[in-house]
Formats: sequence, C-alpha cells, structure tokens
Amino acid sequence: MNYIQKSPWILHYDGSSCNGCDIEVLACLTPIYDVERFGIINTGNPKHADILLITGAVNEQNINVVKQLYDQMPNPKMVVAIGICACSGGIFSECYNVIGGVDKAIPVDVYVPGCAARPESIISGVVKALGLLEEKIAKKAS
Amino acid sequence: MNDILIKILKIIGIVVISPLVGGFLSGLDRKISARLQGRKGPSILQPFYDVRKLLQKEQIRVNSAYRFYVYLSLLFIIFTVVLIIMGGDLLLAIFVLTIGSLMFVLGGYASSSPYSNIGSERELLQMMAYEPCVLLVAIGLYYQSGSFFVKDIIAQDKPAIIYLPAIFLAFVYILTFKLRKSPFDLSMSHHGHQEIVKGITTEFSGEDLAIIEITHWYETIMALSFVYIFVAFSSPISHLYAVLACFAAFILEIIIDNACARVTWKTALSSAWGVTFFFGAANLIVLSLLSKF
Ligand code: SF4
Repeated sequence: MNYIQKSPWILHYDGSSCNGCDIEVLACLTPIYDVERFGIINTGNPKHADILLITGAVNEQNINVVKQLYDQMPNPKMVVAIGICACSGGIFSECYNVIGGVDKAIPVDVYVPGCAARPESIISGVVKALGLLEEKIAKKAS
Repeated sequence: MNDILIKILKIIGIVVISPLVGGFLSGLDRKISARLQGRKGPSILQPFYDVRKLLQKEQIRVNSAYRFYVYLSLLFIIFTVVLIIMGGDLLLAIFVLTIGSLMFVLGGYASSSPYSNIGSERELLQMMAYEPCVLLVAIGLYYQSGSFFVKDIIAQDKPAIIYLPAIFLAFVYILTFKLRKSPFDLSMSHHGHQEIVKGITTEFSGEDLAIIEITHWYETIMALSFVYIFVAFSSPISHLYAVLACFAAFILEIIIDNACARVTWKTALSSAWGVTFFFGAANLIVLSLLSKF
C-alpha cells in the first residue's frame, strides 16, 4: 500500500543550521515549487507528521529534542536530513558542542547533501523517502 | 412499512453521501485557495487521500478517554445533518449541534496539552460568538413561517430570504466560524498556518484525526444546508437555485479566507454579536411592522 505517498505530511525541525537550508525548505512551499500539489503539508506537529525534515547538525543542546520529536511521530515515519550539516555536521563539525550529523541521534533514511540544499533536491529527497517507505512496509509485510 | 423502508434508505443515503460531498468541497477549497495564491494546488481528492492515510497510521494515545469525545461529536453532528436534510425540527438540530461542538471541545480539554487547551478555550469563545446568530436564524424562520420544521419552511410560496435578508447576511457572517476560515479560525485552522500548533487537534493522531476531518465534512454540509433553507421554496426549480446559493456562499468563504488575516478573539466575538444583534433585531422589527399592514 502506498497510502502515504499521496499525502505525506512534513515536520520541519531546525537543528543548528545557519538558516540557509531552512529557507530552502520553506521555498518548497512557495508558488514556484509548491509541494502542496503532491499533497505535502508542513504540519508543525509531530503527531500529525509522516516525514521529519531536519536541517543543521545535532549538538548537545538539541539531541534530546530531536529524539523526542522522532518518538512522538506515529509509525510509519521517515527521516530526511537536509543539507550537509544534517548529513555529517558540515562546516560546523569541528565545533566543540557539535556531535555530528542527525544519524548520531536517530536513524536517517535519506541524506540530501548541498550547502544549501536546493529545493529541487529537497523535493527529490522526500520523494525518495516515500519510495523507501514503501519498501520498508513491503519488507515488514513479507 | 414501505414508508419506513424509504425513510431508512434516505437516512443511509444522507449519512453516506454528505461526507463525500463535504470532502469534495474541502478538496475544492484547497484547490481554489492554491490558485488564489498563485500555486497549482493538490488534487481535488486530496482530503480523501489524507483521511485514507490517517486511518492506516499508528495511533499515539495520551490517555484512554479523550478520543471518546471525538466519536461522540461525530455522532451528534451526523444526527444534526440527518435531522436537517430529512426536514426535521430546526431547533432540535441546533441544540444537538451545540452538544456535538461541545464534545469536540471536551476532547480538546481531555487531551491535556497546553495547545489543545488554548484551542478549546478559543473554540468555546467562537461558539459563544456564533451561537446567538444560529438561534436567531431559527427564531426568524419560525416568525416568518410559523414552524420550526425544515420541511414546512421550504414548502412556502416564497423563499424565506425575501423576508429575512438581514438575518441571512448575519448567518453568512458567522458561517466563517463554522467553516473554520480566516478571519475566525482561532481554535484550529483548516490550512497549514497555525500559531498554536494545531489547536484542539494537537494531540490527535491517526484514526482520531481522520474522524475529526470527517466530522468537519459533515459540519460543512450542515452549515451550507442553512443557506439552502433560506433559498428553497415550494417551486421545484428553487431547489437548484438553493444548491447554487450554497455553492456561491462556499466560494465566498474561500475568498474571504484568503483575503483576511486572523483577528483576535475579542474582535471576533464583538463583531459577531454586533452583526447578529443589529441585523437580527432590524430584520425582526421590520418584519413585525410589515405584518401589521
Ligand atoms: S548545509 Fe550549509 S546552508 Fe545548510 S545549514 Fe549547513 S551551513 Fe547552512
């Protein structure tokens, strides 16, 4: 069943990003990219979300927040790391408080590199996540 | 025997068809909103996709009680819709509707998250704002037609709107509350923008959220059926006009939704009461003066 594919609701969390990637995520909602045509909604509520978009690296302050958000999302859920900071820590990886990419805190399904990641690649990352989700569900069922 | 069978079939028809129409209208709403904002927008069937997804998602429960109210709310709203469309007692329908809305508010309080509590409080304020007008609609229709029964009201020689134009305007004003549109979408907005996360529905997930969505579809039909009652009269063609009027009212609400920013609850309450009492009183006074001659 690909029932989520038609209406993936998104939760966007800003880790310790420089806001570059956040602006690109929000740009996806604007008339030019308009992700709502795929049924994607930016919910702002983990309990309603299917896909967690995280920008920026995980640090000592927000690691618990990220874990909490992930735990509060109902299954099945996917995590997409947006921007090189979220993938590996990026240019902030040397900072004293930065732990690293999002995968240090929660399992990440799709990595979208780029500094900043372009809206096109963010959308393609989400679409890829939806494809993986279907595989995940199929594997569970079999 | 046959009569009862037809009635039962009719009721089943209403229960099945009205959410379908409501969901379709909700999809249309999203499409038109997107076009008004210069976007392509989702498919018209999007609300159905959303509900299908929600029905299959895991449910996270914060306690065992709070979902109960949402289902009760759905039951009461279905009862209201059936009552109105079957031509039943308008006054009874309005009170049952109030109970349904209250159940929803209780669900918000019972889920005990600060966001849903604020949402519930705002929902109560909204109910306070629109309830007088809904009652006034019933009073006005009774005053004009001599009956609280919908089937009597729409069987008159002339449409009720001729006698009650101002009350109709007041009702269109509070329709914005019922359809959860800006500027009066204080407790939970239907679109993606919200400052208290998702208001009352914050703690609801999966199936419960789907039920809330379906309840809203019924509510849309219920709210528009009031417009219908105002326009329809004994001639058969008027029923077509009534459907068109409902549609026009819905489109108008979408445009208002996109053109307005949310107001504070004080403005919402005072403006709704102002409109209700001014238009309502004026209409009833004129009507009573006219009936003297
Ligand atoms: S990847 Fe680049 S643009 Fe994105 S948050 Fe990191 S530094 Fe900013």
